[in-house]
Amino acid sequence: MNYCLYCDKGFYDPVNWRSVLGLADEVHFCEVCSSSFERIQGEVCEICGRSFSLFPEKYRQENRCNDCLRWEEDDKWRGILAKNRSLYVYNDFLKELISRLKYRGDAELVNGFRQELKGVYRQEFKGCVAVPMPLSRERHYERGFNQAQLLAGLLGVEVVHAVNRVLHEKKQSKKSRRERLEMRERIFMLGVDEELVKGKSIVLVDDVYTTGATIRQAAIVLKEAGARSIASLTLAR
Amino acid sequence: MRFVSFFADGKTLAAPDALKPPDVSAAPVPFYKLPVLDPPDFFGHLPFSHELQAFLSGKLLSFDELPYPMDMIHEHYLHGCLTYVKGIAVDVGGSFVCKRCGNDKPRLFASFSCFRCKETECVYCRKCLVMGRISRCTPLVRWCGPQLDWRVDDVALEWDGDLSAAQKKASDQMVSRIGDEGELLIWAVCGAGKTEVLFHGVEKALKAGQRVCLATPRTDVVLELLPRLRKVFPGVTLAGLYGGSEEKSEGAQLIVSTTHQLYRFREAFDLVVVDEVDAFPYSYDQSLEYAVHQAKKGNALLVYLSATPSRKMKKSASLGHLAHVRIPVRFHGFPLPVPRFVWCGNWKKRLKKGRLPSNVVDWVSHQLEVKRQGFLFVPSVAALHQVVALLKAGFPGIEGVHAEDPERKEKVMKFRKGEVSIVVTTTILERGVTVPFTDVAVLGAEEDIFTESALVQIAGRSGRSKDDPAGDVLFFHYGRTNAMVDAKRHIEGMNKEAEL
Ligand SMILES: [Zn+2]
Ligand SMILES: [Zn+2]
Ligand SMILES: [Zn+2]
Ligand SMILES: [Zn+2]
Repeated sequence: MNYCLYCDKGFYDPVNWRSVLGLADEVHFCEVCSSSFERIQGEVCEICGRSFSLFPEKYRQENRCNDCLRWEEDDKWRGILAKNRSLYVYNDFLKELISRLKYRGDAELVNGFRQELKGVYRQEFKGCVAVPMPLSRERHYERGFNQAQLLAGLLGVEVVHAVNRVLHEKKQSKKSRRERLEMRERIFMLGVDEELVKGKSIVLVDDVYTTGATIRQAAIVLKEAGARSIASLTLAR
Repeated sequence: MRFVSFFADGKTLAAPDALKPPDVSAAPVPFYKLPVLDPPDFFGHLPFSHELQAFLSGKLLSFDELPYPMDMIHEHYLHGCLTYVKGIAVDVGGSFVCKRCGNDKPRLFASFSCFRCKETECVYCRKCLVMGRISRCTPLVRWCGPQLDWRVDDVALEWDGDLSAAQKKASDQMVSRIGDEGELLIWAVCGAGKTEVLFHGVEKALKAGQRVCLATPRTDVVLELLPRLRKVFPGVTLAGLYGGSEEKSEGAQLIVSTTHQLYRFREAFDLVVVDEVDAFPYSYDQSLEYAVHQAKKGNALLVYLSATPSRKMKKSASLGHLAHVRIPVRFHGFPLPVPRFVWCGNWKKRLKKGRLPSNVVDWVSHQLEVKRQGFLFVPSVAALHQVVALLKAGFPGIEGVHAEDPERKEKVMKFRKGEVSIVVTTTILERGVTVPFTDVAVLGAEEDIFTESALVQIAGRSGRSKDDPAGDVLFFHYGRTNAMVDAKRHIEGMNKEAEL
């Protein structure tokens, strides 16, 4: 008997030839919870990784969504974030799960995503150095951990804490788009020696990609330090 | 946060690293690595914060739950007003035990690399996370200074209602037990008027300076009881606790709480009344039992108020281990409506095809015709959505309400005003919903979720008003179950006992 990592319901592993041979990945979520995840598949925006199947045609041009087009029109932000890829649609179920992870502090939940995250990393970001999106000291203490750091730790690759958060988190989403695009305040600073970043391909790891503003703020710090390219990998989009 | 231990006046004490005495040079460690601590001496002559006393008395809280600065809390520790205890202990067998919720299942403990205590594997409890995380580096704080003292001269019951003979018998029984240690079961049918049964017993306890708690599984019941109690006990400090409540009257003598909130209390109450009636689909699980037992004092009286006691409880009542008193008759003196079983075929298959069993449709249209409102209980939220959509297409005044429904309040209000005729629901609605001329039907009464006690409680929703005591109760089913038969027998038994 397994117990669902999220709802604690008991369930039996589906038995097939892979599990008999011990090749199958461990199943962490019960059938109901598993079916609540919406994996992002098929056509996606080549930059932000959002699923086009869930997205009205009029908000895209060719392979990019309008949000990304606007980022790329801006001289300051063009090319700062090479691409983002996310595992799942940020639906109500995942919102609840991530809020339990972050606000209730249920760190264990990240272990349900190891295989899938590793898979995307291998496909899309092979060879990149993983940099977790940082929290401010206050927030980090309050929570006891940084969920982005836990997620990065699942990848089994080199993790460098290259960026520090110097400005305490505010509700990024409450700011207007204009404020976000301008972003004059410095939220992040380089936290390591430039040599550790220079010429490197980097993948920033975080729980959610919402507007892409925060991730780009971190990316620009790395770019200025000489990173070759910066991309991002998140659980939800 | 990390701690140091030190030796002072023959005792082993602890301090947060930032507040350690200047001459202590021990390396800071996570709280659980400290040696066994001694309770500090109480310095009675030193002043203490009455606010902190009120906030913390009878509770077990983490630092995060205390809205006071660390140095103030620690000063009270050094003065012997409070103690630090481990949040997660290790029992003799080497397994973890959460000191707040009692969880000892290994799978419900996990660990993470902790920014607070700097341990790479800081173990935490996954069971009671909703109340804030307890990990091994989290000490819990207990008040051990002067006891709270209430002004009992002002306590008086201001209520001149009448009790029925059966209510009075139960009330007298409870009054006679106040001050005793032990348990009492008040087994009362749905609609017995059980809140009034408590009034005299609670008054006696309050007058004796006891701290009293009424615990119920549901927030809406807390909200309903609060104004009633405030009215009948005007001289008493009263507080309502539920998830998200902003507690203001700290240190209240009388507390109305959801059972869940009791996890925060320790050896606080002399009298605890556990109300589990009308709780479907909520049930009194083992960890709530733990919460109740931890929250009461060792010599407290525990009163269970139930329409459908568990098998275990009924057994110990019949063996004489559990003192009990029955109220087999409703407040208005009329018998409980006895359910009728109606075969409705494979209703699930029909729903899939977008159709309802014809006798269910007939029931709804009959209700509308004779202008009687109705509850239609269904076994799942999925079924609820299907049934509501189908009924709405054919009838006016249909609404669906489930337990987590954000519009629940508005919909209940509409039902009460008569703007909604039939409520399709997965849950027992607020107890205040005693609209006369209301009947009850269950679709899929054979489903597992409809246990004997659930069905008894559901049937109890009809005929509650003295203006309309004979409501109709229909169980539409696809194969009768033991639970259905037992529920019917249960209701008939209560009626027989009441000689109705
Ligand atoms: Zn699950
Ligand atoms: Zn895009
Ligand atoms: Zn716990
Ligand atoms: Zn810790």
